[in-house]
Amino acid sequence: MLDLRALSVTQQVGLLFVTIFGLLTLTSLVALSRTLRERTAAQQETYWRFRRDLRAVWAGTLLFWISWASGAFVSTLVFGLLSFLALREFVTLTHTRRGDHRSLLLAFFIVLPAQYVLVATRLFNAFTVFIPVYVFLAIPVVSALGNDPNRFLERTAKIQWGIMVCVYGMSHAPALLLLDLPNYAERGAFLVLYLVIVVAVAQLAQEAASRKLRRRPVARAISRSFSWHAWGIGVGVAAGVGMLLFWTTPFDPFAALAMGGVAGGAGTLGEFVMKALKRDAGVRSWSGQPSITGAVGLLDRAAPLCFAAPVFFHSVRWYFGV
Amino acid sequence: MKLPEAAGLLLAFIARLITGAQGHWYGCPPKAEQRIYFANHQSHFDWVLLWAALPRDLRAATRPIAARDYWAASPLKHWITREIFNAVYVSRQRTDDEDPLEPLMEALRSGDSLVIFPEGTRGHAADPAPFKSGLYALAAAFPDVQLIPAWIDNVQRVMPKGEVVPVPILCTVTFGAPVALQAGEERRTFLDRARRAVIALRSVA
Repeated sequence: MLDLRALSVTQQVGLLFVTIFGLLTLTSLVALSRTLRERTAAQQETYWRFRRDLRAVWAGTLLFWISWASGAFVSTLVFGLLSFLALREFVTLTHTRRGDHRSLLLAFFIVLPAQYVLVATRLFNAFTVFIPVYVFLAIPVVSALGNDPNRFLERTAKIQWGIMVCVYGMSHAPALLLLDLPNYAERGAFLVLYLVIVVAVAQLAQEAASRKLRRRPVARAISRSFSWHAWGIGVGVAAGVGMLLFWTTPFDPFAALAMGGVAGGAGTLGEFVMKALKRDAGVRSWSGQPSITGAVGLLDRAAPLCFAAPVFFHSVRWYFGV
Repeated sequence: MKLPEAAGLLLAFIARLITGAQGHWYGCPPKAEQRIYFANHQSHFDWVLLWAALPRDLRAATRPIAARDYWAASPLKHWITREIFNAVYVSRQRTDDEDPLEPLMEALRSGDSLVIFPEGTRGHAADPAPFKSGLYALAAAFPDVQLIPAWIDNVQRVMPKGEVVPVPILCTVTFGAPVALQAGEERRTFLDRARRAVIALRSVA
């Protein structure tokens, strides 16, 4: 551990990525070697799902690596693009009307770029209030100018909510990269990775726990697997992993424990909320086959991060009083 | 993986990235059984959109119909339609001894699914034009093949009439419940019913 600290920041981050890519390559090779065996249909299905998840992890890691290697500007741009695609997926799922056209244009072409410009220029105070205060007013005004009173509140609320999750939430991830913390300059990449790992671990632990425990679900109509018990286990495991990773962060071990728990808990709750949203949007399943095909999946994967990132970001800022 | 397959995956990826092509299955599951999808036709991209919205395992067995005089004219066009999309070629010039639907019948006999645009040409009105009779002939000849109506929502949503700037393309394809030809049903009645089934999906989407 001490030797690691003696390395320069760049070397440390490089080492981290080499380790992660090594682990991923190993997992992929093991997965590949297991395709040679014969399997039942159920096993085949599990394997396909695993391979899809693995591919998503690969894509995510590559994305982080590219954004770290090419600096703050490119990483803000990459997250901005992800935000754009997630917001688009969100808008496609919710039903908008003709009168919403201008509000949607405002969301896609003005709010989204402006938010990422605020991040890139490190105007963190403006960045924190821009969407909850100013856009919150602007969107209903533009919608009202659309001259369509039909389901007005519902439509504006949907657009506002989509912006909050897909733009505001997501933009906190590159903000972490750019946050200037005492004795922690240029190491924001670690914070983002810490966040991503902790959230992913919380999700995995919660899923495994709910499968093992088979507790009564809290809200059966929304998720058949979500129970407080499983959620607590997810938070606990995330906190534990967070503490083990404390040396990558500017926190002491106890703060790392708390941060891990907070981020992991927020992420899994965000995932739960996203399930409710999909039920509302009429996404259901035809005996295992999802009823939405094509350009889907990004929102699901990004949602836990979108919910966890703002909570984590502000916890970090309070912790350091910056 | 062969080149056409890789090119197909890349093309579907690009189409999904740019158009956000989503398939919404309301009346039937996305399942690999023999089907004829029939949809409204408004733009040149309708086929690629519908194709990209299908899950990968369905894409391989679902074929478009291409006019031979246009899509077989240059080597590149021919390669794309033949190798990537596995298109069914039809000739637009009608000769006396040839049934224009014969290539479609042939494809259905060999178990493939088809996508047809029964309006015959691209429409610009709010509602699709009356359907041509090809759908009826296919339905009568292949009663076991499911007829799935589909509503392709692109131009309307991306840019409503009177607006200047398009919303970043949000295209959806809504698939409805199968429509079957009833015993003794008239040609025109059936075609109108099929057209209404397509239009009805607009309000669902």
